[in-house]
Amino acid sequence: MRDGPRRSRLGLRVVALAYLAMLLVLPVGLVFWRTFEHGVGPVLDALGDPSVLHAFKVTGIVAFWTVLLNTVFGVGVAVLLVRHRFPGRRALSAFIDLPLAVSPVVVGLALILAYGKFAPIGGWLEARGIQMIFALPGMVLATVFVSLPLVVREVAPVLEEIGIEQEQAAWTLGAGKVQTFKRITLPSIRWALAYGVVLTLARALGEYGAVAVVSGRLVDKTQTVTLVVEERFQNFDQTTAYAASVALAAVAVVILVVINLLRPDERNR
Amino acid sequence: MFGAGLATMWLSLLVLIPLAAVVWRAQEDGAGAFWDAVTAPEAAAAIRLTVVASFIVALVNVVFGTLIAWVLVRDDFRGKRIVEALIDLPFALPTIVAGLVLLALYGVGSPVGITLAYTRAGVVVALLFVTLPFVVRTVQPVLLEFDWEMEEAAASLGASRLTTFRRVVLPNLLPAISAGTALAFARAISEFGSTVLISGNLPFKTKVAAVHIYGQIETDNTTGAAAVATVLLVVALVVLVGLDMLQRWAARRA
Repeated sequence: MRDGPRRSRLGLRVVALAYLAMLLVLPVGLVFWRTFEHGVGPVLDALGDPSVLHAFKVTGIVAFWTVLLNTVFGVGVAVLLVRHRFPGRRALSAFIDLPLAVSPVVVGLALILAYGKFAPIGGWLEARGIQMIFALPGMVLATVFVSLPLVVREVAPVLEEIGIEQEQAAWTLGAGKVQTFKRITLPSIRWALAYGVVLTLARALGEYGAVAVVSGRLVDKTQTVTLVVEERFQNFDQTTAYAASVALAAVAVVILVVINLLRPDERNR
Repeated sequence: MFGAGLATMWLSLLVLIPLAAVVWRAQEDGAGAFWDAVTAPEAAAAIRLTVVASFIVALVNVVFGTLIAWVLVRDDFRGKRIVEALIDLPFALPTIVAGLVLLALYGVGSPVGITLAYTRAGVVVALLFVTLPFVVRTVQPVLLEFDWEMEEAAASLGASRLTTFRRVVLPNLLPAISAGTALAFARAISEFGSTVLISGNLPFKTKVAAVHIYGQIETDNTTGAAAVATVLLVVALVVLVGLDMLQRWAARRA
C-alpha cells in the first residue's frame, strides 16, 4: 500500500476514536471509576436502601408488563401486516412508527390528558376504581407507548423473507392455525423476536421522561430506578445516584453484548 | 377482521386518542391562545434553542457519523469489534444516566478542564451522545455493500482520492446519510432525559422545549404544555414524512 492512503487512514481512525472517547468512553468510564473508588461496599449499601430497592421492583414490574404486552402486540401486528391484506393496512403500518417521533414528555402529557382523573376516559375508569395516572397502569402504558414499534419492526421483515410456503405445507398436512404458528412460524422468527424483545427491555428499563410525567414521582410508590438517579443527584446524594446509574449501565452493557450476538446481519450468515 | 380490529383498537387507545387529546387541548381556547402559548418569550426561546441545537447536532452527525461508519467498514485495527459494539451504547443506556455521565466529565471541576454544565454547548453534547448511532448505523450497511470497483475505476482514470470520494462514493451514500440525519434530528428535537441534568434548565438559556413542556405540566398549565407539544409533533411529522418521500424518490431512482 502507498504511504499516503495509510497515513490518511490512520488520521481518520484517530479522529473517529477520539470523538468516541470524548463522547462515550471517558464519561461512562469516569462514572464507573468514581463509583467504585472506595470499593464495592458503599455501592452495595447505597443500592440496599429500601427506597432504591423498591424502585428496582417498580422498574421490574413496568418492564415485565411492557415486554409482555409489546411481544404479543408486536408479533400479532407483524403477522397482520405481512400475511394479510385489509383496508387501512398502510395506515396501521405508518401509525406503528409514530411513537418513535414523539417526545417522551409529550407521551406523558398525552396519557394524562386521556387517562387523568378529569379526562373522559380517565374519569370513567376512576369511577370504577381504576387509577391510571400517578399509578402503575399509566406507567406501563407510557413505557409500552415509547417502545411500541421495536418488536414489530424486527419481526415483520423476517416474516416477509421466509414466505408462506412452509406454513401452507403445514396447513395442507392438516395442522391447525395455532399448531402452524407454534411449530413453523415461531421457530423461524425466534431470533428477530429475541432481538426485538431485548431492545424493548432496554427501553423499558431506561425510560425516564414519559414515566417522570405520568408517575408523579412518588417515592416508595411509583419511583423507578431512573427517577431515583435524578432525585438523588438533585439532592446531592451522589453516592446513590452513581450506584443506581452504574447498575443501569451494567444492565445496558449486558444488553449490548446480547444485541451484538443477535444482530440481524450476523444471524443470516 | 378480528385481529386488525383489535390491533387498531389498542393503537387508538394507546397512541391515537392520547395524541389527539394533546392537539385538542392545544386549540381548545382558540387559535389566539395557541399562538400566545408558543410565542410567549420563554416558550419561544425554548423552541428556538431546541431547533438550532438539533440542526447543529444533525450537521455534526453528518460528518462524524459518516466518518465513524467509514472507519468501521474500511479500516482494521485491534479492538474494532469493541468499538463496533460501543456505537449502540447510547441506545442501551438510559438517557438520565447519559446526562449524569456527561456531567461527571464536563461538569464543574471537570477532570479534563472542559466545563459545559449549564451551557448551550452542554445541551449540544448531550444531544450528540443520544443521537450517535443513527447516522453510523444507516451509512454502515450501504458502505459494506458498496462496490469497490467503481472507486478503482475512478482512481485508474486519474481521479484523486478526494475527487473519487466526492464524485463516486458520496452520491451513493447520500440517501443513507440523509435518512440517518433526519432520524437524529427528530430525536434531538424531542429529547428530554439527557439534557435535564447537564443543562441546568435555565429559562432563556439552556431550557429545551421538552423540559419547558415538563415545567408547564408541573405547574398545571396543560394548555401551554399542549401548545408547545403540538409544535414538536408537527416538526417531527414533517421531518419523518420528508424522509419517507426522500427514500421513495431514492428507491425510484435506483
